Amino acid sequence: MTNSEDKMTWKDVEIGCIVTKPGSATITQTGDWRSRRPTYDFSKCIKCAICQTYCPEGCIHQNEKGNYVADLFYCKGCGICAKECPKKVITMIEEKE
Amino acid sequence: MAKRTGIEVSIAVSEAVKLANTDVIAAYPITPQTHIVEHLAELVAQGELNAEYIPVESEHSAMSACLGSSAAGARTFTATAGQGLELMHEVVYVASSMRLPIVMAVANRALSGPLSVWGDHSDVMSVRDTGWIQIFVENGQEAVDNTICAFRMAEDSRVLLPVMVHLDGFHLSHMVEPIMMPDQKEVDEFLPPFNYPLPLDPSKPVTMGAFAPPIVFTEAKWAQEMNLEQSKDVILEVWKKFGDKFGRYYNPVECYRCDDCETLIMTMGSFSETAMMAIDKLREEGKKIGLFRIRLWRPFPFEEVRETVKNAKAIIVLDRAISLGMGGPVASELRNALYPLEKRPKIMGFVGGLGGRDITPTDFEKIIKRGLEIAAAGSNREFEIYGVRE
Ligand code: SF4
Ligand code: SF4
Repeated sequence: MTNSEDKMTWKDVEIGCIVTKPGSATITQTGDWRSRRPTYDFSKCIKCAICQTYCPEGCIHQNEKGNYVADLFYCKGCGICAKECPKKVITMIEEKE
Repeated sequence: MAKRTGIEVSIAVSEAVKLANTDVIAAYPITPQTHIVEHLAELVAQGELNAEYIPVESEHSAMSACLGSSAAGARTFTATAGQGLELMHEVVYVASSMRLPIVMAVANRALSGPLSVWGDHSDVMSVRDTGWIQIFVENGQEAVDNTICAFRMAEDSRVLLPVMVHLDGFHLSHMVEPIMMPDQKEVDEFLPPFNYPLPLDPSKPVTMGAFAPPIVFTEAKWAQEMNLEQSKDVILEVWKKFGDKFGRYYNPVECYRCDDCETLIMTMGSFSETAMMAIDKLREEGKKIGLFRIRLWRPFPFEEVRETVKNAKAIIVLDRAISLGMGGPVASELRNALYPLEKRPKIMGFVGGLGGRDITPTDFEKIIKRGLEIAAAGSNREFEIYGVRE
């Protein structure tokens, strides 16, 4: 894990595990249990944003070229985007490393 | 000035909750705790106690409401017994893991089935591992004093843990006893206002009761264990300060004529006072037998127990609950606590006084006699049940 929780000792635990800083979900890497990742053939993409709407992690954003891509820090590899894309832009491939 | 009053113990507990200036009470009535919450509802309805009384629809909701009110920084009390404690069970763990200093009186009752509304310690044993500080009281005075102490222990910034005060259902909760009720001024001086360090506050938002992934769960549990173990220093300090102010002192382990004894009997709760009568009689007959009781059930007072029994050769334990398939839970905890000793006393476990059955001074004499027989025979029997009709 790359977030700060792996360094936390029991003495750092707040009273009753209270979370005192907002936005702790943004530092939690949900992408580390992914076993497959999305790859793209953007030549077929019609920029309909269906993949972004369906992604349960909310991790698909438009890049500078206007293409919809997953942020792999959060993408958990569920494949919902690939299933929902009407143009078959997205192919799930196995994570090797 | 405090004055001695003849009062039902349940009513006296409610009056102690009033003296503590409790802000919120969320409770569901259940025998034999009913009189405690009934009287609190009256006190609030009549304007004698300026508190919010939340009449919930179940004990699960009672404890859930207590979590919310304690998290908002309100001094919070509830009471339950037997099946009620079982119904709130999952939330009982949450109170301690969220470090919410709720005080709860438990009028100890047997658990179904068969259905029984009468007293024993089955309900206590089902919440042994919930992370609460747990105190046993033996009479009305102790119930009042320890209810007041419980708030101070719970809310101390070094503790912030919920506290259960165990009083025997009916055998204690429904007795009318002469009790010194402290006066308001004295209690106000003893009990500082409650300041929860991180309360629910819209201007300083925090997240409570969040999810802990495997990477932090162990750390969270260990923090809780360390906190409960370390609470003992504060518990002792509060009892000492209470004693200095009110003249009544309490200890994690209480002894009665224990010195120079090779044989000890051990009990918890109100039956201890009955056992004392048996001890007095046996002492008159020249038998060297003493009694000790565990008052502080959690955190378990290992050192004090070991110190108390250091000269004992035999300990006879009366458990008012049965851990089916295992035996007497208190006897087994005692064996665990004494195992590291070089000279281990023999421990004879008896299960009795279940579901409201009386144990009289004569019964105690019989239990002691039988215990000594077993010790003399060198039997390794785990436990015996007392008083069952064969
Ligand atoms: S759903 Fe498919 S076509 Fe639509 S934006 Fe996403 S990748 Fe492009
Ligand atoms: S695989 Fe799942 S989590 Fe990853 S981008 Fe697609 S929908 Fe989102």
